[in-house]
Amino acid sequence: MESSFLGINTVHFWTYLFLAGAIFMFMFLMGAVMSWSERKQSAQIQDRLGANRAAIPLPFGKKFAMLGFINNMADAIKCLVKENFNPKTENKVIYNMAIFFAFIPAVLAVAVVPFAGVVKPAVLFQAWYLKWIPWLPEYFANNLPDFSFRLQVANLNVGLLFIFAVGGINVFGAILAGWSSNNKFSMMGGMRSAAQMISYEVSMGLALLGIIFIYQNVDIWNLVQAQSELAWGWLPKWGIFLQPLAFFLFFAAAVAENKRMPFDMPEAESEIISGYFTEYSGFKMLLFMFAEFIEIVFVAIMLTTLFFGGYSVPWLLGNGFHFPWGGTIALSHASVVILQILSFQIKVFFFCWLLQQMRWSLPRFRYDQLMHLGWKILLPLAIINLIITIIIVALGGF
Amino acid sequence: MSYQIPGLPDMEYVDRRKRSFIVQLYYREIARGVWITTKHFFRNLWKWSTFRKGGCVVLYPEETRPDMSPNNRGRHVLVQRSNGEPRCVACKMCATVCPAECITIEAEESADSNIQKKPKVFEIDVSRCIFCGFCVEACPVDAIRMLATTENLVGYNRFKMIYDKETLLNWNPVVNDDVVNGYNP
Repeated sequence: MESSFLGINTVHFWTYLFLAGAIFMFMFLMGAVMSWSERKQSAQIQDRLGANRAAIPLPFGKKFAMLGFINNMADAIKCLVKENFNPKTENKVIYNMAIFFAFIPAVLAVAVVPFAGVVKPAVLFQAWYLKWIPWLPEYFANNLPDFSFRLQVANLNVGLLFIFAVGGINVFGAILAGWSSNNKFSMMGGMRSAAQMISYEVSMGLALLGIIFIYQNVDIWNLVQAQSELAWGWLPKWGIFLQPLAFFLFFAAAVAENKRMPFDMPEAESEIISGYFTEYSGFKMLLFMFAEFIEIVFVAIMLTTLFFGGYSVPWLLGNGFHFPWGGTIALSHASVVILQILSFQIKVFFFCWLLQQMRWSLPRFRYDQLMHLGWKILLPLAIINLIITIIIVALGGF
Repeated sequence: MSYQIPGLPDMEYVDRRKRSFIVQLYYREIARGVWITTKHFFRNLWKWSTFRKGGCVVLYPEETRPDMSPNNRGRHVLVQRSNGEPRCVACKMCATVCPAECITIEAEESADSNIQKKPKVFEIDVSRCIFCGFCVEACPVDAIRMLATTENLVGYNRFKMIYDKETLLNWNPVVNDDVVNGYNP
């Protein structure tokens, strides 16, 4: 059943369209979850209870608060019905476009990240717990017995560079919003954002060069494959084990890129109102906030993929667990795929949690401290890390 | 280089301690800070997952603090005479002294010629009241008092926050019909 339309294989088209939709929805739902955890997690940290009053009334005097999720919906509705305030700017087009410069890159860059390994639908649906799906198992077994795809929307062989190219667009959102808002506070926020991005992108890139040298690759798929191998027969070749210093440098730089709390100079409320989105109201402001939350998820995904082996579970191969002490547990293909997806999600959730925890634990840097950390501490450390990595790789590596 | 203030000892008034490289690197400090908040987070999460109230908050309309001070200025009440009439003589001193101007009094003639006046309307807009207690101090006949508790001083509607004479004469706290119940913590 190899039909094609405009040179595109139909099955591939629908598969990847479904994947793209699923990952897009994943990012959006995670954004919603982050805006929920911003309230609830901070409340738990500060010995409060958090949002629990916004609720849907039910009969018999009950309320359906859903642990505060209804509050998110109330937020969205409120922002939708608010007045659409437009400042007197010279360039309305750029003013309105800036939101999407901030919003789209974070979602787009996830396209090259693998969420799990190779999926073979014909084998996948043979698992006993997936047999209940009505017609898919028979369809794949009869028509496409050899069809397999990677759980990754776009298989680019320049994946890492693509992520940085797209992620770099992100700051244009802040700069353009700051410039086009016709407001001095916005302008300051935009400039701070640009300065911060330059001073941290350098050490971020240098830290990642270590990863590229160790694995000799910029393709995200191959990076994750290389990380799921074992060093000395027992240690997973995760980035955190091979490049520990680079992980910490990347982590700091990523939080700074993210414009989150210890580094939230661009939107420092106590200094410049709301930074670059001071002049945005209603749903536009909500989109900026949402972009920020999605960026947290994006940073968590990057940390997972580059330093914690992406979807890889230690000692899990295609047919089950092979422990270094000799034992094996045979698993079906479906179980392996589900374990890989779960592993990826758990790692991403952990980093989202950690980033939120840091955001609610730490005070803001002073601006000169920020620059000092970026240029005088992280950059030299990144260069030292790179030199050591190059020497190790030149001497034969792992 | 530093400017020497005459009469003060020559010392650094700004804490410019030398910080070690580890401290300046900030990672250990982050780990220490995050460790404290993580302890709080998981303690409260554990309480919540064992169906207890995490955190140390009072969910106000449903719960009130048991350790309220007896001197606290809470709900207003009108003191009654033995025949059930308010003790108030409608002199309007409380309405005059009220900085928030939340007391409305309309007087009428009392049946008792010794008292002369009694309030026909006595309303306190609790949503405007600042609970300063001036009305209690101004009253010449000790007709208005304040309870220590603040039970059920809530309402979804601002008109429900205007307490009339009958409400104020009732010593028991009034239960509003629109108190949030069945919330999900």
